[in-house]
Amino acid sequence: MSPLTTFAIAVAALRRNAMRTALTALGLIIGVAAVIVMVAIGNGARSSIEDQIRNAGTNVVTVSAGSNSFGPVRQGTGNTTTLMPADADAIAQQIAGVRYLSPGANTRQQVVAESANWNTQIQGAGADLPAIRTWSLEHGAFFTPQDVQLAAKVAVLGSVVRDQLFGADSDPTGESIRIKNQPFRVIGVLTKKGQAAFGPDQDDMVVVPYTTVQKKLLGITHLQNITLSTADGVPFERVSAQITDLLRARHKLSVNQPDDFTVRSLEEMASVLTSTTTTMTWLLASIAAVSLLVGGIGIMNIMLVSVTERTREIGLRLSIGARDRDVLMQFLMEALVLSLAGGAIGVLAGFAASYGVSHIMQWPSLVTANAVLLSFGCAAAIGIFFGFYPARKAAALDPIEALRYE
Amino acid sequence: MTAQDPLIGVRDLTKTYVVGEVEVPALRGVSLSVCRGEFVALTGPSGSGKSTFMHLAGCLDRPTAGTYQLNGRDVSCLSKRELAAVRNREIGFVFQGFNLLSRTSALENVELPMLYGPPVPAKERRHRATAALEAVGLSARIDHHPNQLSGGQQQRVAIARALVNEPALLLADEPTGNLDSRTSIEVMGIFQRLNRERQITIVLVTHEPDIAEYAARIVAFRDGRIRLDNAVEQRRDAVEELHRFDAETQAA
Repeated sequence: MSPLTTFAIAVAALRRNAMRTALTALGLIIGVAAVIVMVAIGNGARSSIEDQIRNAGTNVVTVSAGSNSFGPVRQGTGNTTTLMPADADAIAQQIAGVRYLSPGANTRQQVVAESANWNTQIQGAGADLPAIRTWSLEHGAFFTPQDVQLAAKVAVLGSVVRDQLFGADSDPTGESIRIKNQPFRVIGVLTKKGQAAFGPDQDDMVVVPYTTVQKKLLGITHLQNITLSTADGVPFERVSAQITDLLRARHKLSVNQPDDFTVRSLEEMASVLTSTTTTMTWLLASIAAVSLLVGGIGIMNIMLVSVTERTREIGLRLSIGARDRDVLMQFLMEALVLSLAGGAIGVLAGFAASYGVSHIMQWPSLVTANAVLLSFGCAAAIGIFFGFYPARKAAALDPIEALRYE
Repeated sequence: MTAQDPLIGVRDLTKTYVVGEVEVPALRGVSLSVCRGEFVALTGPSGSGKSTFMHLAGCLDRPTAGTYQLNGRDVSCLSKRELAAVRNREIGFVFQGFNLLSRTSALENVELPMLYGPPVPAKERRHRATAALEAVGLSARIDHHPNQLSGGQQQRVAIARALVNEPALLLADEPTGNLDSRTSIEVMGIFQRLNRERQITIVLVTHEPDIAEYAARIVAFRDGRIRLDNAVEQRRDAVEELHRFDAETQAA
C-alpha cells in the first residue's frame, strides 16, 4: 500500500473521532508551544543582555583593588589599599591604547536635600567617566578635571536620586544637597538609563569627583577601582597583561605573591552572564520538554485505547487482505499525523505566545529556527516512539480473534 | 485447469488448537470439494467445526495437517503475507455483525478492499464501488453512513464490499444472525441472485435450518467431521418466500 493511501486512511480514522484527536493533539500542542516560548524568552533575555553590553561598550576595562585569585588568604576588594592614584596616572601614561581613564572611589551615604533625603551610592570618578560609559546629561554639565584636582564639592545626580530629592522631571541644577553634613552643589543630572542587566542601578547614584570622596567623605588616599576604555581594535588581552605587569612592578610584588588587584573587561563579564542565561534557557526548555513527553504518553495512551476499541475494525481489515505491515503502518501513521499536526499547531501557538509575552509582559523574546525545528522534530520522534508499541500490538492481532472481539 | 476443477478442494484437513497443554481437535480430517458456481450451506451445532472450517477456507488460518486447493492453487502452506493477498483477491467475506467502519460512507466502506490490493486509481475505485452497491440495490444510499442504514441495508453494503474485488468465492458467516425474518429472506435473495446471475460460488455458514435451505447443497458438521453432504431437495426461492411471508403477515 502506498504511503499516500496509508496517510489517507490515517486521516480518515482520526477525523472519525475528531474530538478525541483534538484533545490528544492538545497535549503535544502545549508541549511544543511551551518549548518554543521558553527558548524564545531565554534567547530574548540573552540577546537583550548582549545588546546592553554592546551599548555599554565592550572596550571598557575595570581594574579593581584586591584579588579574586584563590590564594591562602582572600581579601575583599574593599580592604586592599594598594591601588593608588599614581597607578592610574601610570596606566594612562605608559600603556598604549588607553583612551579614557577614570579613577574610582565609592561610598554609600545618606544624601539630604531641603525637604527629602535618600540613601544612595556615591560614586567618585574622574572627569572622563561619561566618555567611558557613554553617559549623557539631561540637565547641566559633568564636573571638569579642574573640579577633580580641587576636590570640589560638586555632584551630578542620577535620575532616581533627582526624582527622590527634588521630584520627578525637575531641574535641580544649582541647588544644594548635603552629604555627610557637607554641602554639595548640584551641577547636572544624568539621562535616565533604565535598569541594567547587571551591576547596581545606573540611575540610583550620585557622581562626584573621586578626590572629593577620598578627602572629604572617606579620608583615604587609595582608590577602589580604575575604569578605562581602550581605543577601537586594541585587544583586551594585551592591555590586561600590560596593566598587570605594570601594577605588579609598581606594587613591588615578588613572583610568588598573588596580584593585589583584578583586571576585568566588560566583555568577560558579559560572557559569564550570557552563559548563565544559556543555562537558564536550557533549564526552562527542559521543563517544557517534560510537558512534551507527557503529551507523547497521552498519544500512546489514546492509541492503545484506540487499538482495543477498533479490534473488530482491525480484524475486518485483515480479513479483506490487509497485511500486518499495513495495519502497523496505519496506526503508526495515525500517531505520526497526530503528533505532526499537534507539532505544527504548537509551533504557531508558540509564535503567538512568544509575541504575546513580549508585548504584554514587556519581556524580550526571540523565536529561533533551532527551537522550532527542535520541538517539531521532538514531536515527530515522540509520535513514532509512542505510536510504535500500540501499532505493533494492532498488527500482531489474530484476524479470527479480532473479528470475534466484542 | 479446466472448468471441472473444483474451486475448493480440501483433503484430510485437520486443525488442532493447543490450549495450555491440552490439544483440542477442532477438525478431524475433512475432505470436501466445492465446484465453481455452487451455493453450499455449512450447518452444525456450535463446536461442530463449521466455523473452523470456514476460517481455513477463508485463509484466515492455516491447517495443522491436510491440503487445501483454492482456485487450483495449494494455499495450505502459504505465508501470512501471501494469505493476505489471497484473501484480498480470491475471497469476499460477509459477517454476522456487518463489520462496517462507522462514520464512513457506504461508498468508502465498499472501496476498502481495493486499498489493500494492487493499486487502483481513485476514479476506478469509485466506479467499481458504485457498481457493487448497485448490484445489491443500494445505489441511492452510497453517501449514507452505517448508522443511517437499517440492518438489512448495512448487510447489503457488506455484501457489496465482499464483491468489489470480484472474488471467486464468497464466504458468509451467519449473515442473517442479526436480522429479522423478512430482512433475512431479502439478504438470502441477494445471495441467490448473485449465485444465479454471476455464477459466484457461495459458502454459507448457518445454524438455522430454514436459511440453509436457500442453498443448493447442505454440508452438516459434527464433532470436527462431515456428517452429511446432500443436495437440497426442496430448495427455497427467496422471491417466493418473500411473497408468502408478506401474505402471511397481512393475513395475521
